Amino acid sequence: MKPTGISPSRRAFLRTALATTPATLVLAQQFFHPSLGLAAAETAPKAYQPAYFTASEWALLMSLVDRLIPADEEGPGALEAGVPEFIDRQMGEPYGYGALWYMQGPFRDAPAELGYQLPFTPRTLYRAALPAFDKAVQARFGKGLVELDEPTRDDAISQLQHGTLTIGILPPLVFFDQLLQNTREGYFCDPVHGGNKDMAAWRMINFPGARADYIDWVEQYGREYPFRPVSVAVTGG
Amino acid sequence: MANRIMPRTDAVIVGFGWTGAIMAKELTEAGLNVVALERGAFRDTYPDGAYPKTLDELTHLQRFKLFQNLAVSSFTFRHGVADQAVPYRQIGAFKPGDGVGGAGLHWSGQHWRVRPEELALRTRYIERYGKAFIPDGMTIQDHGVTYEELEPHFDFAEKVFGTSGQAYRVKGQVVGDGNPFEADRSDHYPLPPQKTPYSAALFMKAAKEVGFHPFLQPSANASEAYTNPYGCQMGPCTFCGFCSGYACYNYSKASPNVNILPALRQLSNFELRTNCNVLRVTLDAAKRRATGVTYVTPKGEVVEQPADLVIVSTFAYNNARLFMLSGIGQQYDPRTGEGTVGKNFTYQTMATIRTFFDVGKNTNPFIGSGGNAVALDDFNGDHYDHGSLGFVGGAPVWCNQAGTKPISGIPVPDGVPAWGKSWKKAVKDSYVNTVSFDVHGTNMAYRDCYLDLDPDYKDQYGQALLRFTFDWKANDIKMSRYITSRALDLAKAMGPKSIQVVQKNFGDHFDTRPYQTTHLAGGTIMGLDRKTSVLNRYLQSWDVHNVFALGSGAFPQGLGYNPTGMVAALAYWAAKAIRNDYLKDPRPLIDA
Repeated sequence: MKPTGISPSRRAFLRTALATTPATLVLAQQFFHPSLGLAAAETAPKAYQPAYFTASEWALLMSLVDRLIPADEEGPGALEAGVPEFIDRQMGEPYGYGALWYMQGPFRDAPAELGYQLPFTPRTLYRAALPAFDKAVQARFGKGLVELDEPTRDDAISQLQHGTLTIGILPPLVFFDQLLQNTREGYFCDPVHGGNKDMAAWRMINFPGARADYIDWVEQYGREYPFRPVSVAVTGG
Repeated sequence: MANRIMPRTDAVIVGFGWTGAIMAKELTEAGLNVVALERGAFRDTYPDGAYPKTLDELTHLQRFKLFQNLAVSSFTFRHGVADQAVPYRQIGAFKPGDGVGGAGLHWSGQHWRVRPEELALRTRYIERYGKAFIPDGMTIQDHGVTYEELEPHFDFAEKVFGTSGQAYRVKGQVVGDGNPFEADRSDHYPLPPQKTPYSAALFMKAAKEVGFHPFLQPSANASEAYTNPYGCQMGPCTFCGFCSGYACYNYSKASPNVNILPALRQLSNFELRTNCNVLRVTLDAAKRRATGVTYVTPKGEVVEQPADLVIVSTFAYNNARLFMLSGIGQQYDPRTGEGTVGKNFTYQTMATIRTFFDVGKNTNPFIGSGGNAVALDDFNGDHYDHGSLGFVGGAPVWCNQAGTKPISGIPVPDGVPAWGKSWKKAVKDSYVNTVSFDVHGTNMAYRDCYLDLDPDYKDQYGQALLRFTFDWKANDIKMSRYITSRALDLAKAMGPKSIQVVQKNFGDHFDTRPYQTTHLAGGTIMGLDRKTSVLNRYLQSWDVHNVFALGSGAFPQGLGYNPTGMVAALAYWAAKAIRNDYLKDPRPLIDA
């Protein structure tokens, strides 16, 4: 794929997102994507309705992942890849409930090298961290994240990453790492999980997904692999 | 107390991975009635490896479908004996398995033997370099078995696994351009080597240019259709790139499920019970003889399984935990050096070099086969002089194009931010234009690196978690950094745009977060003296003679190679001793 500007899928996504998101976010989206406008009311896929995140959490999550993997001429951004939908769906999986982690106490402070030692599951971590982060952004920048321009949003995220923006009792880096990991997962996962829409992220890097048989390609040194990716759920070609 | 007592069986096997399956086959061949107990679920190529669902990175590598669920049972870690241990709450540095096939279902397929000198490491270093060369606190030991004794078992295991490779020397005759440092073999690999992907070919060319001795690494991924000595069939590997962490959809990667279980399932004297979590080995009043095992079912029913012979074949360190929970032998105490159970816990010392090329190189790293690589042994073992280098140990170096997936695997050059526009551009430019290779080093044993039971944290059954006390030591970091610096010459010879080195710095603490390797060893080590080992040279408990413990728990220190080949050969070696000797007259096979 050679994406230029905003792809049709991103346009459709944003169009439907705009129709269902709170007014403040609509304004923010308009501001950041002035070319879109609100003219297009033609048929578009139904916007994803988050099952776990509240409207304000959802707006904030979209605003965050949009900067972690922005849309540009190289390939899809996190929003059109469906990263927020992916993260919301993961919150309903055993993973979201911390059912894959050892969660028995006591929870103790330990050197960072000994790994995650907090009583938060992914669900409770996002629920605690998102409003605390937005509050910290409000205090520092005078506006919530969704209302900030792109460079200021990047600055806020950078401060989260480097621990200079405190978010209540949570270590900022723990939340940042969780968010970045889930964002990358939603960007590059098989589309069956709700992310990586149209396998556009795979096409950007030329990963063929579940093609599975490369026996004739093993020793074709240096040749670009020419076939489109396939999903475990959707056949391509 | 047990809710139910099962009829007595001749042998009970605890854990059904590679070693449990091998022993089940050997003991049923000897005419014994065998019951195997596996704590995890039943697994097989269908449905666990079925195409296309198995080729799903998120489910397998990020959500750990085939791995141990830490919510059920985990471990605790601390760096030093005076520290407070905390739980391993999320899978990171290593990925423990469970379920039928164990780690053998979702391994890569790197199938090595052992460097002969590593079997008598302590003796070798003392003879060659003097006793003072071994640093204070390093507790390396000899295995008590020789390469010559194990060779027939290495050979048979390769035939069972359908291993692809190129021999160097067979029965004293040089037969091909295999590993020139390899010990003598009694036969060729059963299958020819696999094809060589581009990364590995680039590595081979550069290695030759700088004067190393690269060779095609043996892999338990079938290069051709194959039927093993048990009548189990394999299909040729198609380089799908989904090996480590996955069940093979194609019957190409050796596993207990593909290469042994089909032969066992037809037998009337074999029974496999899944979802049976063994709580302890039961002992007689004198703690000299095992009477069987006690396990718990998913419904919480506690079941007693009486048996004349108990094979403990859980993963690596879990054998030590089961010995501790059962009261077999004496717990090791790092302060006094007394006791043996839990002693000499070891890992492996990893370093990675990545070379980044211009767009258009197209190394296509999605093409891959788990065990397939070009390797070099120039710095492994002790065929070179360690005297002036001042460290014990060594490392093979290999370029293993095993299949890089986009969530877990895309490296970017140093200095690239973790997110945003420039990260995305770097990912796009790097994915198909990178060559990575590994320095996969030994880890020596130390007095204060050991296993015991955690006093605070419990598993879902109320039993104490295993506590790891472990940290890196200067000797191993010195070894790894030296060999990595030599491998850097090779990286430069490839002519990349940039090079990235991921290695340990002196003073670094063990980090449980990033994945390193699942090659853990020790805790129930084998040896020649009951005062310094848990098992004798036949893997028989010194204390309870009808208990044998298989797996890498028996290694006195961490090897340079991956452990599976050694683990399989030792299982056949122990099986031979049981069949030919022990069953005729059950007793300690070595007088203590």
